[in-house]
Amino acid sequence: MATQGPFDTVAQPAESEWLVQPPPESRTRERRGLSESTVIGFAAVVIFFILWQGVGFVRTTWPDGVSLGPITFIAPSQLFLPAPLDVFKAFQAYVQDGRIWKDMAVSGQELMTGYLAAVVLGIVLGLLVGWYKRLRYALDPFITFLYATPRIVLLPLFIIWFGIGVESKIAVVFLGAIFAILINTAAGVRNLDANLIKVARSFGASDLQLFRTIALPGSVPFILTGLRLGIGHALTGVIVGELVAAQFGVGQMMAVAGATFQSAKVFAGLFIIAGTGMLMTFTLQKLEQRFEAWRPRPN
Amino acid sequence: MRATAVKLEARRVAIHYRRQRSGLNLIAVDGVDLRVDEGEFLSIVGPSGCGKTTFLNAVDGLIPIASGSLLLDGNEISSPGPDRAMVFQQPSLLPWRTVTRNVVYGLEMQHRAGRESRETAARLIDLVGLQGFADAWPSELSGGMQQRVNLARALATDPEVLLLDEPFAALDAQTRETMQQELLRIWGATRKTAIFITHDITEAVYLADRVIVFTARPGRIKLDVKIELPRPRDLRLKRDARFIDYERMIWETIREEVIRSESRGQAIA
Repeated sequence: MATQGPFDTVAQPAESEWLVQPPPESRTRERRGLSESTVIGFAAVVIFFILWQGVGFVRTTWPDGVSLGPITFIAPSQLFLPAPLDVFKAFQAYVQDGRIWKDMAVSGQELMTGYLAAVVLGIVLGLLVGWYKRLRYALDPFITFLYATPRIVLLPLFIIWFGIGVESKIAVVFLGAIFAILINTAAGVRNLDANLIKVARSFGASDLQLFRTIALPGSVPFILTGLRLGIGHALTGVIVGELVAAQFGVGQMMAVAGATFQSAKVFAGLFIIAGTGMLMTFTLQKLEQRFEAWRPRPN
Repeated sequence: MRATAVKLEARRVAIHYRRQRSGLNLIAVDGVDLRVDEGEFLSIVGPSGCGKTTFLNAVDGLIPIASGSLLLDGNEISSPGPDRAMVFQQPSLLPWRTVTRNVVYGLEMQHRAGRESRETAARLIDLVGLQGFADAWPSELSGGMQQRVNLARALATDPEVLLLDEPFAALDAQTRETMQQELLRIWGATRKTAIFITHDITEAVYLADRVIVFTARPGRIKLDVKIELPRPRDLRLKRDARFIDYERMIWETIREEVIRSESRGQAIA
């Protein structure tokens, strides 16, 4: 036959009678569902920014306000609420005067050093605390005390101890993030399936083997939750730390901009922070998908 | 060489079970005397809570015995070993490992995983009828298929004694009958000594060379009966008059035990 009919693309029968290709329409529905959420989410963001920019447009076009019958609508001043384009211009200026690179480098260093230290120590300690009951009994009072305290209140002490440089911020980030990671990892170990432990024991697994093949992979979902919560705490630590006392950093820039009523610049800092947080969460999500290929797909 | 081919021997075995709440010891098994021959298929039945699973765990070496002795090939059992493998009541597969990697798990734990273990896994996956599922995740399998993996994992370590703890209890009736037939086929191919725990009398008689009935707690042996039915067996045997006689005899014995334990329970209450 000269032309290919539409039926030539129908899936071949699978090798095993139990392995069947899903019907083609169920796949397209899946794809449509995914793009639907993206499209609606994207549209909502675009509409939000247009409305926000609309406020700026009203302000520049009718500086004395718009009268709609008895009601007069006066747009808030730029000082109070800058429009997205104002924020973009402030961001541009920030890039052009070169300060942004120094600030991002300092904040990035504080964030990454503190967070990575918290990840490594949090996971290791969490596994140990979850596994060894007596260690848990010993550390529980300290963990509870520090977890219940907003770690940011330790900042005055850290500034006395470490100065106003990066070290005090690294300490705050580290302490901010570690407990979420530690507590979740320990919970993961404590929630291991007792049946799996019995299987490992029955095959004569050593403690180390049990740890490696059951405890660690079994806690991964909990560890990832801890890592995700830790990101929020870490970001808070960097920015609040810099707001209080610092020489450089995105938070320090925001503190100065706020004190001098440069609200557009404050917004620019906000978007940098939000972007960082979103990027870290996104990276973690990718990691999660890699680790959790075995999870049943929700239908 | 020993004159008799006794594989497993229990002499006046008692097993205590520590209750977390009260801190008191519960006598789960008391004074079990038992010999299992090499290559024999033994079923243990009894009312629920009679200590049959506890006894099996002790044979596997997972829990210690309080008194008496438990000998495998004449050696005291003190811990799990590569000469025994357990098929668990729950499939208990590692959800983050594929079927193949689950099947070789025991070999890995016993430091016996090598180049040939993938071939061993492939052969066993075929034997338990899971062709084409070597790289599937456990979550993609049905309950019956998961139990096949559970069985293959135990067979992979090539144990001398296979311990089966109500492996088909959670399956639906049709799947359970299929799995019973499959187990007989696989057991026929390997002829390993097998101890099979169940509360299903029909299952016990159908599978075993010998059925043992445990009393209500504390578990003791109440009945020990040889099942003299020809092999290979197929499911039609379950309608055979001799089969039904065995079933009835065991059922009567268990019923007495259930009544006895219930009346005792009421007396305590």
